[in-house]
This record gives sequence, C-alpha cells and structure tokens, in this order.
Amino acid sequence: MTSRNIISYSFLILTLVVVQLLFLKNLAVFGQAFGFLYLLGLLVLPRTLRTIPLMVLAFFLGLCIDVFFQTLGMHTAAATCFAFFKHIWLKISSPSGSYEESEELTLSQIGFVRYVSFALPLLFLHSLVFFVADHWGTGTFISVVSKSFFSSVFTFFLTILVQLLFFKRKRGIL
Amino acid sequence: MLRIFEFLYKIRTFLLFVLLEFLAVWMIVSNNSPQGAAFFNSSNAWAGKALEKQSEVVQFFSLAEANASLNSENALLKQKLLRHQAQPDSLPLQIDSLLEVRYKFIGARVIANSLRLSQNYITLNKGEKDGVKPGMGVFNSQGVVGRIKSVSENYAVAFSLLNTSLMLSAKIKTSDVFGSIQWNGTTSSEAQLLYVPRHVKVSKGDTILTSGFNAVFPEGILIGQISEVAVNQKDPNYLALTVQLSTDFSRLTYVYLVENPAFQELDSLQNQSILTND
Repeated sequence: MTSRNIISYSFLILTLVVVQLLFLKNLAVFGQAFGFLYLLGLLVLPRTLRTIPLMVLAFFLGLCIDVFFQTLGMHTAAATCFAFFKHIWLKISSPSGSYEESEELTLSQIGFVRYVSFALPLLFLHSLVFFVADHWGTGTFISVVSKSFFSSVFTFFLTILVQLLFFKRKRGIL
Repeated sequence: MLRIFEFLYKIRTFLLFVLLEFLAVWMIVSNNSPQGAAFFNSSNAWAGKALEKQSEVVQFFSLAEANASLNSENALLKQKLLRHQAQPDSLPLQIDSLLEVRYKFIGARVIANSLRLSQNYITLNKGEKDGVKPGMGVFNSQGVVGRIKSVSENYAVAFSLLNTSLMLSAKIKTSDVFGSIQWNGTTSSEAQLLYVPRHVKVSKGDTILTSGFNAVFPEGILIGQISEVAVNQKDPNYLALTVQLSTDFSRLTYVYLVENPAFQELDSLQNQSILTND
C-alpha cells in the first residue's frame, strides 16, 4: 500500500465510524435491521493487508464502536471474527487466480455478483456473532437469526449505497 | 522443540484470532457484572463528552416536548405541595422516622440511550461530582426508567429497564401483591411481571407500581399497566403477566435519580438475617 492509499483508507474508516456513531446509533429498521456501516472500511481493504494487521485493526475498530454504544466486547468480537474469516472466505468463494493481490474489493472493481457472494456471508457472520453475544442466555434462536439476517441485508444495501454515491468508478476510493 | 515453534508460527493467525476473541468475550462478561470494567463505559470522559454534544443537537428538536412535560409535572407538584403545607394546628406532631424524608433526588439529562438490543444502557450527564452512586434508581415523570450501573467523575451509566439482567420489585396497586419486573428482550414497550402466584385475581389494566421493598425506589412510582394475563407455561404455580410500560423509552430526555440514604443499613440488616427481597 502506498502512503496515499493509507491516508485515504484511514480517512474512509474514520468517516464511517463517525457516521456510525452519529447517525446509525439508534437506527433499527422495524426493530430488526441494524446498520453496521463501519464494516465497509474492513470490507474494501485490499488483500495486500494480511489477516493479522486486519484483525488487529478490526479489534480496535470494534472496541471504539463498543465504547460509544455501551455494548462492550460485542462489536469487538464480531469485527475480529469478520476480519479473521475475510481472507479465508475470499479463497473459498472465488476460483483461484480470479483476484489480483492489490485489487480493492469494491463494488466497481470486482463486479456486483462477486461482491454479493463475497460481502453478504461475511456481513451475516458478523451480525450473527454480534446478536449471539447480545442475546446470550436470554433471547430465542429465531430472533437471533432473523435479526442477523435482516441486519446483514440492510448493512449490505448501505455499503452498496455508499459505494455508488461516494466512491469513484474504477479509480479506487475517494 | 523447533517443530513446535514452527507449528505455532504457522497457525499464528488463528492463535491471534483466538486471543482477540477471548479478550472480547472477557470484556462482554466483565461488562455485564455491575462492578466491572467501568473504565471503558461511555461514562469515561471522552466518549461521554462526544455523546453529550450529539445529544445536545438531537435534543434541541424535542425541547418543546420536554418543556411541556416539565411544566405539567411542576403543576402537579405544586398542587401536592399545597396539600402538604402545614395548617396552623393546635395538635403538636412529633416527627419520627416514619415521617422523615428518606429519599434524595437528583435531576439528570439522558445523553445516550439504546432500546433495540437485549442489554440496553442509558448514559446520563451527572456523575460522582454531583453525588451519583451506583445502585441509585432512575425514573422520570412517566415512570420507572432503570438503575445506575457505574459512575465516573462527570457521567453515569444506568441499566435501562429494557435490560434483561435488571430486576425490579413491583406490586399490583389494587391487591398489593408483589412480584418482580423483568424485561424479556422482545418489545421495548412491554415487560414481564414475574412470581405472582396463581390464586391472585388480576385483570387487564391493573396498575403496577414499585413496591419499595428493595429500597432502591420509593414506594408507588408508576411502572405500567397489565396488558395480558395468562398462566405461566413453564411453572404453572405462577401467572405470566405482561405489563405495558408507562415510560416511553424512545424519548427519554430528563430523568430523576433517587437515592435512599438508609439503603446500606437496610441492605446489611436484611443480609444478616438472610432475607431476600427482589
């Protein structure tokens, strides 16, 4: 990654965190679908960023969200899990050699179909971990799964919306 | 030996993953016990300040509403005060501990609140500096809101009543039968009244108040009204009562904190005699 890239990614993640904290804090569509937009920052980071730094980044990102959301540990656990499985899932979900190493994993770079198969399961995993942690010992299985499902779909649409509106086509981010 | 290190190096990503997850789970667990991990709460200075700024902007839009509710409450209190103002009387009245004012009140503003999770918390803009202590009760003009969990210098975090780990002692107004209010994590406007025996006659619309037994809340603060009566499926000795909460948790702005200075004394006495009231 070039230093210019690092700056623009940091800016992106910072912006997403601020948006998450200020606007998506109390938003829950129909009381079911939560928007975890900050995951977009972890999602679009290129493969050159290996799993270990990505995981550490995710850990602190989750912690940062947690401190403000009064959900200490939950976002941390979910985001770390998300980061750990990102590269594994990329390997499984794509035929070998179809990704370039330095490629950004944005919608415009990898195309819609690949983006769906790449992003949606990861987002679902994150939501699942989060709601299992949240409902631990109290909620029902159905409510955990339905909340996870709708949240991941909602988050998925949010990530697409943000990318369509704010990302430059074919030219990386910002 | 070298082999082991090589192996460990190979799975270093996984090991780090396990370590980080372990840390996260430890945080979740320790955060859910009332005393633990107070540092990372939004009652810590930075997060608190940011949340306060945010709430200042948001609450500007509900100022009119807040004003109206404060105004109507003021009127009500004035009316009550008038009733209590002593009339000149020839009968001297001895002040004893029964008539002593037992509770202390502090006003506070809600700066962060959540309702969609199953462990919801409320952040308030008053802290240790203002005399807030963990364990104090929180309510507003509509009804019961929650209980203080941890306190920093300038801010405090409270369990919302919409938190599955909080239990409050409650009673049915008409029959004085008591039970425990607990939220089951589904609807933000309803909670469950537990441990009401089956022989008690309960009807829809009965008012539920705080019982005053656990000494956190004064007796008689509104909690809600019974909206559904059924027999508990798991334990047929008890009723399963659903309570429509009187507090609108989605619009909390100003709340009162209440402290019973005699709480320690009561609590230790009850512990000594191994009495438990929840």
